[in-house]
Amino acid sequence: MTTRIERHHYDVVVIGAGGAGLRAAIEARLAGKRTAIISKSLFGKAHTVMAEGGAAAAMGNVNSRDNWQVHFRDTMRGGKFLNNFRMAELHAKESPQRIWELETYGALFDRTKDGKISQRNFGGHEYPRLAHVGDRTGLELIRTLQQKIVSLQQEDKKTHGDYEARIRVFAETTITELLLDGDKVAGAFGYYRESGEFVLFEAPAVVLATGGVGRSYKVTSNSWEYTGDGHALALRAGATLINMEFLQFHPTGMVWPPSVKGILVTESVRGDGGVLKNSEGKRFMFNYVPDVFRKQYAETEEEADRWYTDPDNNRRPPELLPRDEVARAINAEVKAGRGTPAGGVYLDIASRLPAEEVRRRLPSMYHQFKELADVDITAEPMEVGPTCHYVMGGVEVDPDSGAAHGHVQGLFAAGEVSGGMHGSNRLGGNSLSDLLVFGKRAGEHASAYAEGLTARPKVAAADVEAAVDRALAPLERDGGENPYTLQQDLQAVMGDLVGIIRRKGELEESLVKLADLRDRVTRVAAAGGRRYNPGWHLALDLRNMLVVSECTARAALEREESRGGHTREDFPTMAPQWRTVNLVCSLDGDKVRLEHKPLPKIRAELIQLFDRAELAKYLTDEELADFDALTGDAHAEEAAK
Amino acid sequence: MATQNAPGGTGKAGTTRNFKVWRGDESGGDLTDYQVQVNEGEVVLDVIHRLQATEAPDLACRWNCKAGKCGSCSMEINGMPRLGCMTRMSTFDENETVTITPLRTFPIIRDLVTDVSFNYEKARETPAFAPPEELKPGEYRMQQVDVERSQEFRKCIECFLCQNTCHVVRDHEENKESFSGPRYFIRAAELDMHPLDAKTDRKEYAQASQGLGYCNITKCCTEVCPEHIKITDNAIIPMKERVVDRRYDPVVWLGSKIFRRGKQNEAAQAQTPRDPDELGSVHSHAGASHEPEAEVGAERGVHWARQVPHPTAPPLDSRGRLAISEFTFDKAAAPSPFGDDVTFPLPAEGLNYSHPDQPRDKD
Repeated sequence: MTTRIERHHYDVVVIGAGGAGLRAAIEARLAGKRTAIISKSLFGKAHTVMAEGGAAAAMGNVNSRDNWQVHFRDTMRGGKFLNNFRMAELHAKESPQRIWELETYGALFDRTKDGKISQRNFGGHEYPRLAHVGDRTGLELIRTLQQKIVSLQQEDKKTHGDYEARIRVFAETTITELLLDGDKVAGAFGYYRESGEFVLFEAPAVVLATGGVGRSYKVTSNSWEYTGDGHALALRAGATLINMEFLQFHPTGMVWPPSVKGILVTESVRGDGGVLKNSEGKRFMFNYVPDVFRKQYAETEEEADRWYTDPDNNRRPPELLPRDEVARAINAEVKAGRGTPAGGVYLDIASRLPAEEVRRRLPSMYHQFKELADVDITAEPMEVGPTCHYVMGGVEVDPDSGAAHGHVQGLFAAGEVSGGMHGSNRLGGNSLSDLLVFGKRAGEHASAYAEGLTARPKVAAADVEAAVDRALAPLERDGGENPYTLQQDLQAVMGDLVGIIRRKGELEESLVKLADLRDRVTRVAAAGGRRYNPGWHLALDLRNMLVVSECTARAALEREESRGGHTREDFPTMAPQWRTVNLVCSLDGDKVRLEHKPLPKIRAELIQLFDRAELAKYLTDEELADFDALTGDAHAEEAAK
Repeated sequence: MATQNAPGGTGKAGTTRNFKVWRGDESGGDLTDYQVQVNEGEVVLDVIHRLQATEAPDLACRWNCKAGKCGSCSMEINGMPRLGCMTRMSTFDENETVTITPLRTFPIIRDLVTDVSFNYEKARETPAFAPPEELKPGEYRMQQVDVERSQEFRKCIECFLCQNTCHVVRDHEENKESFSGPRYFIRAAELDMHPLDAKTDRKEYAQASQGLGYCNITKCCTEVCPEHIKITDNAIIPMKERVVDRRYDPVVWLGSKIFRRGKQNEAAQAQTPRDPDELGSVHSHAGASHEPEAEVGAERGVHWARQVPHPTAPPLDSRGRLAISEFTFDKAAAPSPFGDDVTFPLPAEGLNYSHPDQPRDKD
């Protein structure tokens, strides 16, 4: 087989065309860099469209008491203080600006009475904070960024005579390898899905924005693209991953009927009055309010119901607890034999709001279930349960620039593929704003890095040949393993043994099985040719899914506590000494290496945003002593004045 | 969660159903028969996935969200343009053969995957949102009632089913250059209705450069829209009406003669119909057809190559306003875009797919 390789030269290559990728590309193009966007799907189809609830930004349009400090506090609380504090700080400070900017690109958010962007309540957010467009905010975001890129291309057409003079979208293109020159990024190698032809991008700076890893799980809301490509590319290029043990299982995915299994029911169903009931008809969330949240949540149904109309004088309903708490509560109810026949619980909005009101507030939710499953959410309760939804872990990055840690230069990451921002658990609404804030930063800093280089790193011909051989191998094998069977087996291992509730014995078993799978994946074979062959594409993705799954399993076994998106049945509580540790994965040859790394110390003025009583639930005694010394100093200073 | 999406996951036994799926590439291809197990609550895309995991691992098909939100899995199911993830198997008879073919209007790549780059080219040609210069980020103020009209069009998931269905370009490659299609008419309408868009000539642009005049309001696009956007009623007709308003208001006409002569001439030229005899005639899919070849095709089963609509100025009444065709039509509501003589599902034996560039009667 002769191998033709198309070559392109760019300053910045952005891998991934979801919210983070597009925002990074816009910034790189605005910085004057020649920019390529690599999209595994068609332009505008990214998984970002699935985000329904909204984008969190402390604009204070609905409640003027909201500000970045409150948002920062909510984010840290949601992440159980494992977040990279600097990322949480930048995110809280910059997200309003990023949202307002979208309006200048043409976004049309829902409005308040005085014409500002409306904001809605969401689990874990103290004030109404989520900018939204009905329940299709993710679509609005992706379309807006897509149209902004088109408008930049129109400008380039005017000035250079070519739409693609400075920014080009490579749709349906998959990157299989990053190519290095020493420890510097030199380019990226991949194939066009459509033709199966290979393509080489020579570029000194690469931004990873590939999203998450959910396709390794059997019940997931994620699309086929979510195979952990960016995570694996980063590892193989010498970067590190952190927090890989933390996966978010959305508490309310549909469990019945099968045509909608895994599809999320947005949290705003609960924000708008929906309640969770078990098979006995009992509203069970009141039994599952953890001590750390006791003060903020209602104790009776009456108080909870008053909150919808009078949030200032009543505490929130426990249905609005952070996602992991809700997921765990549902899991416990099902295990206690109070679940639905399909293994979930009931989410009831039908008996709480008039049908007309449900249709008005949740139009695409209503439409989706009516069409997909013939379920009328205004007439009957939904059957919901935990679904793999989001990975908190990802590429360890410098908080300000998004540059990957480890021994690689010129590699940046933003969005779900990066780690640290959300700690052990992400608040709903924080991912869309995360995409914008850190997408912009990664694009900006990747451009600055490319600008600052004196010589362009060179791609080695031998590396390209090796990448070609590796990519063609599954097509050239006869009678090897079926990629679809391998994926199903991997999903079974991860779903059953590294799922929402974890145990030591099962995690150890998962590592044995993953090693076995890794062996089988080296023998994977794809029937057919190179043109748009999904079996071949999956065969190539499996390698990434496996290495990332192994990171998750190893980190989950190591972390002997329960925190956020990591629940160990054998270590059911949060342990303050574990809060001070990030688990860092790297590759040593083809083996996953796991190390402990201390968390950066939260800056004084930020930690002082919290009550001592609250911090006492999270911090070790030494850290508390430090905090006391700090506040003691502050009191002393005040007294001196 | 012990249950999973394995066959029969909920304990209810599936049934074996017959499918015909078009397999091939630009050099040709044909319908291939498959027998597939179908379980309760599944959609067509579930069946495609089962085929890929079993007997057809290289069956090419686009999909992403499997939730009707991304618009990737557009295909033609029993001749009807639809999303695979939004077509429930329970809507078919148990004995019925389900025939799945690729989108007809776009060049084939392989199996169910077509080259939809036409749409992205048209997207690029449509002028982008023009932000008001005097407002900084954060200063935009709009009322909900004013943004709602544009929000309807922003629901579009770009599945391109409307583009695929529109008879102006379906089987009429020659119209593609000068016709943007329903997706980009609603984009133009969305910007036209945007409360703060600084560009004021969206309608004129739609008429002069997007080929709005080709559309004769047969509502094909509205019929197939999975988001139920009222493409024709809420976007195309208002855009046409306003264009008419401007063109026939004598004061505006005089003013544009005086101040914008060149531009006006350009627009007028672009609007000149290709065939003056067609002026004012109403194209319809229903009733007797217009070319014998098309009739023969229709007898055989589905055949989309009906009359080529010429770019025509809309028929006007004495006041220079658009006639409301529905009032004068012999049936209530709009005619079916597929012809009032066609009922779905179509008989499976009559269905096939042949690429527009291929010779027609290859089989």
